[in-house]
This record gives sequence, structure tokens and C-alpha cells, in this order.
Amino acid sequence: MSAVTEHEVSLVPPTDHSPVIRSLDPSDFPTPTSRDEEFRFTPMNRLKDLQTGAVVATGAMGIAINKVAGVEFAEKSPKSTARRGFTDKAAAGAWSLIDDVSTLTVKANQSIAETVVVSLVGSNAVSYGQLDINVESFANAVIIVDHIGSATYAGNIDINVADGAHVTVVSMQDWDTGTVHLGHHRITLGRDAYVKHVSVTLGGDVVRILPSVEYTAPGGVAELVGLYFAGTKQHTEHRLFVDHSVPHCRSNVVYKGALDGVDAHTVWVGDVLIRANAIGTDTYEINRNLVLSPGGRADSVPNLEIETGEIVGAGHASTTGRFDDEQLFYLQSRGISEDEARRLVLRGFFEDLLLQIGVPEINDRVRDSIEERLAAAV
Amino acid sequence: MSVLEIKGLTVQVTTDEGQKDILRGVDLTVKAGETHALMGPNGSGKSTLAYAIAGHPKYLITGGTVTLDGQNVLEMSVDERARAGMFLAMQYPVEVPGVSVSNFLRTSITAIRGEAPNLRHWIKELKEAMAGLQIDQQFAERSVNEGFSGGERKRTEILQMEMIAPKIAVLDETDSGLDVDALRVVSEGINRVIAKGETGVLLITHFTRILKYIKPDYVHVFYEGRIVREGGPELADEIEANGYAQFVTA
Repeated sequence: MSAVTEHEVSLVPPTDHSPVIRSLDPSDFPTPTSRDEEFRFTPMNRLKDLQTGAVVATGAMGIAINKVAGVEFAEKSPKSTARRGFTDKAAAGAWSLIDDVSTLTVKANQSIAETVVVSLVGSNAVSYGQLDINVESFANAVIIVDHIGSATYAGNIDINVADGAHVTVVSMQDWDTGTVHLGHHRITLGRDAYVKHVSVTLGGDVVRILPSVEYTAPGGVAELVGLYFAGTKQHTEHRLFVDHSVPHCRSNVVYKGALDGVDAHTVWVGDVLIRANAIGTDTYEINRNLVLSPGGRADSVPNLEIETGEIVGAGHASTTGRFDDEQLFYLQSRGISEDEARRLVLRGFFEDLLLQIGVPEINDRVRDSIEERLAAAV
Repeated sequence: MSVLEIKGLTVQVTTDEGQKDILRGVDLTVKAGETHALMGPNGSGKSTLAYAIAGHPKYLITGGTVTLDGQNVLEMSVDERARAGMFLAMQYPVEVPGVSVSNFLRTSITAIRGEAPNLRHWIKELKEAMAGLQIDQQFAERSVNEGFSGGERKRTEILQMEMIAPKIAVLDETDSGLDVDALRVVSEGINRVIAKGETGVLLITHFTRILKYIKPDYVHVFYEGRIVREGGPELADEIEANGYAQFVTA
């Protein structure tokens, strides 16, 4: 991919990743500003004050789920206080402002063939939510959390994957315009547990998702996959934190995005910490951005902090570029028009990732959405 | 019958030291049904000729003409040239991740023929063409050139040529990097196209070994951006025996 000079790619030195504050109470956090490392790329004035954790809710998200045997869902379960503190003020704010928790449980030893779809539907209101996904031991499931409609929404998803369980969780951010969405997705993995966490961000004005992974026992595997497309004036931000605190766990991060239009802004920050005792860790992260038109900006910041040398592997890569002229020449030399060639390359760019995501239910939707937006942009 | 006429073609490329002349007046006529070998040492400008004819943006045409059946090729976009009947088999075909060979070929054929091929015929046509080049059928669903060996890439180039059936095919060092078996298979594919008599082939090569499989009607020796000697197949034997030195000093 050819290098791009029209926009910025920023690299910052690694920082101490251990979050300083962990709390369920938003008042324990200072109000973030753009001077804070975590918010340096975030357009604070477009968050509708959600970052303060104190905006009063004006409505609720509509929740719907398909009925699948082996899966239990409670839209409103009691809000227990036994919960790890959040590391983000907005996430703690969401927690403090909800009355109950939605709970999805995949029962132990169940292998669920049918994809579970939880729809969270915005209703043009300020809303908060907490969804707990509990995958009991040796269960196996694919779950889509579909964010649609229009909302000003701070919502957390806690994904607890018990010993030997295997789960794919796809969070679709397919919002209508005008939406602001802050989301903290916390994954906790048991022994030999596997999670594939997928974030697909297509719509919304400002979407800021914080996926994080904690391992509680050896053998945990986390695959974090992301796909995003930011159009004119859209801000799409993914900040990941993988905390390798346990020996012999793996993580693999692949995020790919495209930007099209003036002031399209994407941010990807991948923090991976391998603590001193996490021997045998194997981790790799890559972020690729494709800038389709001038005026967009992609920030891509891989951070890898390694406190032990006794690991299997650790690496990261980040590329941001425009269309590869040689690819376009090749396709055009076979009679394919330039526009069609660009579409093919872009489709191909994401096709690999869709294959890796491996959830056919979302493929057509992602493809159609990207085609539509490309057509609209021309 | 189609004719490609190159007259007085001069081409520059931009280098760190500024504009550099690569082609210094090339005259060459290739007619459908004819096979021409363009031979020359490294750096003589052979590949530049191939890419300039195909319309690669890196090359600046500073003089001369290129016409296909009287139409001005140099005024056409890259894809227009291909639709007009030009084909370039590349020395280093690029990877196009996420685009399958089958999808790529179908899109190409649709563009060139002006209509989508009938699906059932298409599958049969593709299968037969792949079998002819001993390409595993699984390659149809693999991303274009991604993870392909050098030989697999070249076979795929010739697969495209066979299916597109161009008026004029320029093959840029198609023999480079091929082992003996692959060279034979690829040559057979090229010979099938030649045998139909509807394609003019310009075979660009450094070595003579592909000419053991493909018999050229004409041989042109290329040196310092122009053709310095022309003749029949016997010229290739001369190069085989004595190398390029004789032309260099001439």
C-alpha cells in the first residue's frame, strides 16, 4: 500500500497501561479533557457531555432478541454491586445511571447453532445500558449485538467467558446519523476460553468503543477483529487494551478501516501489555487503513509493552495508505474501469476480514452498506 | 486482421536525478497471427516498452505514435486499451487481496466482451482453461496472486490471456523464474493462443530458452531503448551462441 502524506499517522511512546482509577462511581474520575492521553483524538465538543457520566437519561433503548434454545435472556435483572470497577468515567456513569442490567446467558455445555441476535434500538433519546453476556463453561455460541436507530448512548457490555467456552460476539454499530455512542466492552476469559470480539462500526456521528481483555487462567485466546468505515464528518474510535497477566494466553488483533470524505476521522489505539508473569504469551496486532479521498484523517497507534522476555511472540503493524496504484493498473489493464477497479479493491480489502469474522449473517449487510455509501459519495 | 503499429516511440521516466530517456525511437509492427520475440540485455528498456504500450502512468510518452488498427492507443486510458484488444502479461503480477481469481476474471471478461458471460458456459470455460494450464481448480476461489508462487502467477497471467483472447498480447518476461515443467505448460498455453491465428504476440525475453517451445516469426534485438537488429528465428540462435555483446559493440 502506498504511503500517504495528506493526513497524519501518529505514534506515541508507550505509557504505563495500568489504569489508575477503577471505580463504579463516576465521581471518582476527573472529567476528561482533550489534554488527556485517552481523549487526545476525541472531539470532546461532539460527545453531548456523555463523557461527564452525569447527563440525565431521557429515554431507554428498545431491546429485542430472538428466542434460541440453550440461551436465557433477562432484559431487566437486578443490579448487583459486586462488579469490577470501570476504568472510564463514561462507563462508570452509565453504570450509575441505570436501574437494572440486561443479562444473556449461554448455558453450560450448550453448543448453540443458531446465531443469537440482540437488537438495541435507539429512540432519539439519551440512554444508558449494561448488557452482561455470560457464556458458561464449555458452551459455544455466536452472538450479534446490533446497535441501530439514533441515540445518545453510553452502554457497557461485560462478556464473561467461562472455562473452555467458545464465543463470538459481534457488536454492530449501524447507527443512524446524529448518534453519539460510547461503549466499554470488557471481556474476561477463563481457562482455555476463547473469544472472538468483533466491532463493526458503520454509522453514527461519534462512536467510541473500548474493548478490553482480561485473562484469569492459562490457555485463554482472544481474537479482536474490527471493521469500520467513516464517511464525511464521522468520528470512529476504537481503543483496545489486552492485559496479559496470566501465562500461556494468546491474543490476535486485526482492525481494518476505510475513510471517505472530508473530516472523516478514524482512531485505532491498540494497547497490549505483557506483564512479567505472563510467560508463554503470544500476541500480534495489526491495523490497516485505506484512505479513499482527501481530507480524512486516520490515527493508528499500536502500543506494545513487554515486561518479560519469555514469550512465544509479540508484534504489531500499522499501515495507512491510499489505493495502491499498481493494483489499479493491474485491474485496469484487464479492461476494468477505474471506478470498478476501486470498488473491487475496497471490497477485497474488507472481504478478507469478513472471512475472518466468519459470521455470514453480517456479510451482506456490511457489503451493502459500504457499496451504498461509496455510491452516495461519488 | 489487427495491426499494432509503433512508430518513433520515445519514453521518459522520472528518477531521483530527474527525467531519464528510456526509449529512444522504437519502430515495430505486430500483426495478428504473428509471433515476435523482442530480446535484449537487462536495462535495455524492453519492459518499459511493454508498460508504455499498456499505459502505465509512470512512463511519459515524449514522442512517436502507437496505433491499433489505426486507433490512437496513446490517447486511451489503461482500461480502454485493454477493451480495444491489448493485453500485457506482467513480469511481476500484483496481489489483489480479497478479490478471487474467478471474480476478477469474470469482471474483466464482462468489461472486455461488453456483456456478462452466461454463467454455465463461464464455469465450463474457466475450468477448461485452468485445466489446460494445470492450475488447481481451487485457485479460482483464491485471492488474485496472493500467496501464489512465481510459476503460479505466470500461469494465471496466461490463463487470463487465453480467456480474454486479445488482438495483441505483450508478454513481459513470462519465462523468468519458471522451472522447466512450468515453462513447458506456460508455453503450451501461449502456443494455443498463437495457433488460433487471431492474436499478435510480442514475446519479451532476456533468454532464448522459451524460444525452444515457442517459435517466433521475427526476432528483434533491443538495446539502449531501440531495436538494433531484426531478423528471423536464426537471430535467436545467434544470440544463444554469442550473447548480446556483438550488438552492444555494433
